[in-house]
Amino acid sequence: MAASTKGSPNKSRWSAGVTPYADMGYYDADYEPKDTDILCVFRFVPQEGIDAIEAAAAVAGESSTATWTVVWTDRLTAYEHYQAKCYRVDPVPGKENEYFAYIAYDLDLFEEGSIANMTSSIIGNVFGFKALKSLRLEDMRIPPHYTKTFQGPAHGIVMEREYLNKYGRPLLGATTKPKLGLSARNYGRVVYEALRGGLDFVKDDENINSQPFMRWRDRFLYCMEGVQRAMAETGEIKGHYLNVTAATMEDMYERAEFAKEIGSVIIMVDLTVGYTALQSIAKWARKNGVILHLHRAGHSTYTRQKSHGVSFRVISKWMRLTGVDHIHAGTIVGKLEGDPNTVRGFYDTLRENKVAPNPVYGLFFEQDWASVPGVMPVASGGIHAGQMHQLLSYLGEDVVLQFGGGTIGHPDGIAEGATANRVALEAMIQARNEGRDYVNEGPEILQRAARWSPSLAKALEIWKDITFNFESTDTPDVVATPSM
Amino acid sequence: MRITQGTFSYLPDLSDDQIKAQVQYCLDNDWPVSVEYTDDPHPRNVYWEMWGKPMFDLKDPEGVMQEINECRQTFPNHYIRVNGYDRRLGRQTTALSFIVNRPQEEPGFRVDRVEMNDRVVKYTLHSYATDKPKGQRYE
Repeated sequence: MAASTKGSPNKSRWSAGVTPYADMGYYDADYEPKDTDILCVFRFVPQEGIDAIEAAAAVAGESSTATWTVVWTDRLTAYEHYQAKCYRVDPVPGKENEYFAYIAYDLDLFEEGSIANMTSSIIGNVFGFKALKSLRLEDMRIPPHYTKTFQGPAHGIVMEREYLNKYGRPLLGATTKPKLGLSARNYGRVVYEALRGGLDFVKDDENINSQPFMRWRDRFLYCMEGVQRAMAETGEIKGHYLNVTAATMEDMYERAEFAKEIGSVIIMVDLTVGYTALQSIAKWARKNGVILHLHRAGHSTYTRQKSHGVSFRVISKWMRLTGVDHIHAGTIVGKLEGDPNTVRGFYDTLRENKVAPNPVYGLFFEQDWASVPGVMPVASGGIHAGQMHQLLSYLGEDVVLQFGGGTIGHPDGIAEGATANRVALEAMIQARNEGRDYVNEGPEILQRAARWSPSLAKALEIWKDITFNFESTDTPDVVATPSM
Repeated sequence: MRITQGTFSYLPDLSDDQIKAQVQYCLDNDWPVSVEYTDDPHPRNVYWEMWGKPMFDLKDPEGVMQEINECRQTFPNHYIRVNGYDRRLGRQTTALSFIVNRPQEEPGFRVDRVEMNDRVVKYTLHSYATDKPKGQRYE
């Protein structure tokens, strides 16, 4: 890269050797993005002595048509069309030598309906580019022209609610604990107790696949016994996310087919299976009328640190295109990473039809989903009944609140833990709808319900002091001038 | 047993004032309210009987309460639910739904199992109420 930035300024564009990326057409401050362009904003830190504009142009080049030197074969193509164009570079507020690069990609660069293809360009080689110290894909604007080439969520929020016959409140879930080691019979007991107590869903954990202590087929059978019994006890539709994650697509289809055959309304899969496998199972889920839950296992390796990687708001967009119905997207108040504004940006991205740019939420672009159904966000990890007012206020109604420890750890038993959560939730929804200031009066509303619900009283008592107040690493940089 | 369908089934039965507050919430959101009743509460019985059409033009919660009470008087031993409907683009579905009347005795359901091969069990949920013909249930 040192060579390319130095590249002789007097050299003609096409003579052999190295021409600066900016001079090759990968930077154009006058470029006006087309409605059909895919837009990206990257955060980057150039190596010492590298000009920011040239580094930004290099990102555009390396994520589209460029290689390190001039090649005459470019002249066999309408290369201006295929070159990504960096059209704006802003310094990151309050940071030294850190910038946002805005880059436009023509629609023709990407195969229709393929996350794998789009990401191979946009987060491909460029992330290892030596001339940059670090690089992060912060946000994308994906135009309807491209969005509409994807299936989108197998069912979406509205269809899921109609399927389950559950309206007007968040759904409740729990992850079976301990995550590892239970036999299939004991595991199904947890499922039954949690569902009959009042949860809508129970969930396999991400690393429950088919291990020596519990093979998948046994787990599926015992879980469905629990699900059906709980339906009879409550008269409600219940589900258990049967994790079909496996080593091969053939194994995943086999497990998914079996889940369907024994009557499960929902299956789950882990992000670790890869984009193509996710698109395949999402197609299967729509075709077979089974809701698809996605656990975002592994995402923090590249989403959490602001310096390098891919923001989760981008992953949220990719997963809505991919076609999952549920995705874990943060709790704000729980044990896992989640700045309130940043998480709000993820939730809006997953649920709304049109999302306006909002620097406070970390959203750089407008995103028009063109009626692609919404994905139900899932809040899971270190949350309990005593936080119900905060959860409802931060996360809204179209969300699955998952209380794993907060259900199974109840001193009177799993069903009582589930009941405590359901009572807390319904009392809070009732208060909100009645126009009460439920956020400030939350603890009082819960205490009042606890007077007639011993399950809730115990839950409030045991977890009353549990909070996870740590500083978030992934927070928005509010830009003085809102971006386009 | 107590069927826990609907938004508020884990709370003590709502008083008329509490029902009216929820109806007001629906009307404030521009959600027309409807009343439905059934004597077959199977969780997959989607289509409860309609107590008239959704009250698109009724903006007064008192009027809605009157409809609810008339339905209760006619079917004192049926399940009755109140729904708020959101017609906005992107929703076009029920926004809130809660039970306001129940039979005195709720017989509930039993699980029927058909044992297939290889340990697979096929399940169906049997609603005890439907053992009797329509009109004679919950008597």
